[in-house]
Amino acid sequence: MAEKRIMLGNDAIARGAYEAGVKVSSSYPGTPSTEISEFLAKYDEVYTEWAPNEKVALEAAAGASLAGVRSMACMKHVGLNVASDPLYTLAYTGVNGGLVIVVADDPGIASSQNEQDTRMIARSAHLPVVEPSDSNEAKEFFKYAFDLSEKYDTPVIFRTTTKLSHSQSVVELGERVVPEDKAYERQVPKYVMMPASAIGRHKVVEAREDKMTLDAPSFPINKVEYNDKKIGFITSGIPYQYVKEACPQASVLKLGVVNPLPKALIEEFVKEVETVYVFEELEPVIEEQVRAWGLNVKGKELFTKQGEYSANMLKKVIYGIDECQFDKAEAPARPPILCPGCPHRSVFSVLNKLKIHAAGDIGCYTLGAVAPLNVIDTTICMGSSISLLHGMEKAKGKEYIKNWVATIGDSTFLHTGVNSLINMVYNKSTGTVMILDNRTTGMTGHQEHAATGKTLKGEDTYAIDLADLCRSIGVPNVVEINAFDVPGLEKLIKESVSSDTLTVIIAKAPCALLKGQKFPNKCVVDAEKCKKCGMCMKIGCPAMTKTENGTVKIDETMCNGCGLCKNYCKFGAISTVER
Amino acid sequence: MNIMVVGVGGQGTLLTSRIIGKTALAGGYDVKLSEVHGMAQRGGSVVTYVRYGDKVFEPTCEEGTVDVLISFERLEALRYAHFLKKDGIMVVNDTRIDPMTVVIGAKEYPQGILEELSQNHRIYTIDGGKIAKELGNSKVLNSVVLGLSAKHIGFTKEEWIKVLQETVPPKTIEINTKAFERGYDA
Repeated sequence: MAEKRIMLGNDAIARGAYEAGVKVSSSYPGTPSTEISEFLAKYDEVYTEWAPNEKVALEAAAGASLAGVRSMACMKHVGLNVASDPLYTLAYTGVNGGLVIVVADDPGIASSQNEQDTRMIARSAHLPVVEPSDSNEAKEFFKYAFDLSEKYDTPVIFRTTTKLSHSQSVVELGERVVPEDKAYERQVPKYVMMPASAIGRHKVVEAREDKMTLDAPSFPINKVEYNDKKIGFITSGIPYQYVKEACPQASVLKLGVVNPLPKALIEEFVKEVETVYVFEELEPVIEEQVRAWGLNVKGKELFTKQGEYSANMLKKVIYGIDECQFDKAEAPARPPILCPGCPHRSVFSVLNKLKIHAAGDIGCYTLGAVAPLNVIDTTICMGSSISLLHGMEKAKGKEYIKNWVATIGDSTFLHTGVNSLINMVYNKSTGTVMILDNRTTGMTGHQEHAATGKTLKGEDTYAIDLADLCRSIGVPNVVEINAFDVPGLEKLIKESVSSDTLTVIIAKAPCALLKGQKFPNKCVVDAEKCKKCGMCMKIGCPAMTKTENGTVKIDETMCNGCGLCKNYCKFGAISTVER
Repeated sequence: MNIMVVGVGGQGTLLTSRIIGKTALAGGYDVKLSEVHGMAQRGGSVVTYVRYGDKVFEPTCEEGTVDVLISFERLEALRYAHFLKKDGIMVVNDTRIDPMTVVIGAKEYPQGILEELSQNHRIYTIDGGKIAKELGNSKVLNSVVLGLSAKHIGFTKEEWIKVLQETVPPKTIEINTKAFERGYDA
């Protein structure tokens, strides 16, 4: 009997890639997709890497496909925006070895900046989309996605969502089967997308989509379960589980391939079943097509376009049942916060003190936007902090940004921030850019990048020196400083924002959660000396609380010993002592 | 069976729910588990779900459906109490961790949480942090809480300990087992 294991959705996708005989995978971390690459890296037979961004990752995977092997790239939904340039044209060229792009959507916005629906992008790029509903399907469908890719000569998007990626269910393991490498053949009309070729390939794309639409009713992962024919659901992915939970007796058309849709199958289902609901999270992608065919279904007039769905929601809408027995209690919110000992807190505490605004970026440091630090003013997308600061200066002049900086992490800087910095140099900006260099990709759970000196496989490699990189593109003033040097930071930031020279400040200190990063000491408060002024509380360290009499107390198990709080006590009441 | 494990990011709730899931799998059940990754982990309120039975569909527990709510902190117990079904039970690690909203004085930490909750629910409490400290490693508090919870979930003590020992880092097997037993025998 095959081995059964309980596996995270992302683990199962990696297993599917392994069993499908994938040879090359290139990705950039992004919640909820990150762990796929980390699990895949454990298989020696598969080459896996972190690329600096998703565009590079997809192009690397496309190169491997062209060379004739099965290849893949993984990213979160907004990562697909970065990779959309190659994506739209790869739809034209098609593949040699199978090419699957895993895209993880985040309905409910657990860890993202928006709630976009990848199926919309796939439709506009004319790419097929495969979507599983549990871990075992994730593994099996992933293999099937490669069959589709090779059979129809197209990249395939494999869509997962936060709930699928980060839930575990039982998986039956299989063997790795590696198809023979495809021979490479020079084909200018297929792979060189100059106008004459692209005009021809556009026709191929349309013909392929028509053919897939015709074939879709017979795809084995599109399934009809006829039960009570009074009520039926067209659904896919995790929402299928909610349907089975809430309405176990209903008929279900479960789609494994959500683009293109199996028109004939859907027409038959709608004819057979009295009332049909389209139950899909986010955009009405399926519903709008079904309605456009003149079929009568219910959908977004009953179910929201926002957030995750649930079985309770379905029970409420269909049966008017409320499962909840107790009222929800009033409880103070507990939003995520920067960890004790986080070097970002040190930088933000100085910016807060100097009343400087920061154009922020994507990473843990987004948390600098909230009280009590209140420093970050903008968060849009990867790399945008630097370009936004540049644009503000061009709009209002250099005096206008004397109380502004851009803050960006090391991994995010290498992702797309460096392009924005080139623009500042080229177009003569004078602003201050702070690279918060914590030696890792922090928020997604500590992934290596091009400046850490390690690959995804854990091998040693060249570590790009961020200061040298900035100097080499022409930044006139590049300064490196310890992120916990509060007086030094204060002086440096004051000088650079008031000067008319483009400055990059690299504030360096490893992420507090990296192994071995605990400081040897711990911070303690002398209650006798504490004047209850609350200045130290302004840094927002979770290890610090006020006692009933108003003095400050530091929790010794939570305290990381960074000593930042000491800088903000005028009365010498905080000291560091040995643990 | 619907089990929900809640707490504050970094308390070890994820490992706890994984051990529950593996124990149920070893017991011959279909199992699903749901976790939280990414930004939400950073000191925020974290929730994991474990469901097992003959056949499990959705991987999360919903409001009004939870049999056992395990909370690693008092305020989190209050926050998620409405997920319990009418005769569901609650296991609470009796400790207070102030959220930033309280630290900065924007909100007050509610008083008398356990008294209030015990009006509607059957509650079992333990000071896991204190026991873990006595054992010499404050990190094993999750095994203490798991121990107490295990008694109310089912399966034998031996079944639990077998999975626990297979799951925790090898160097910590002994101390985690002790911590589990302190919770189980409490």
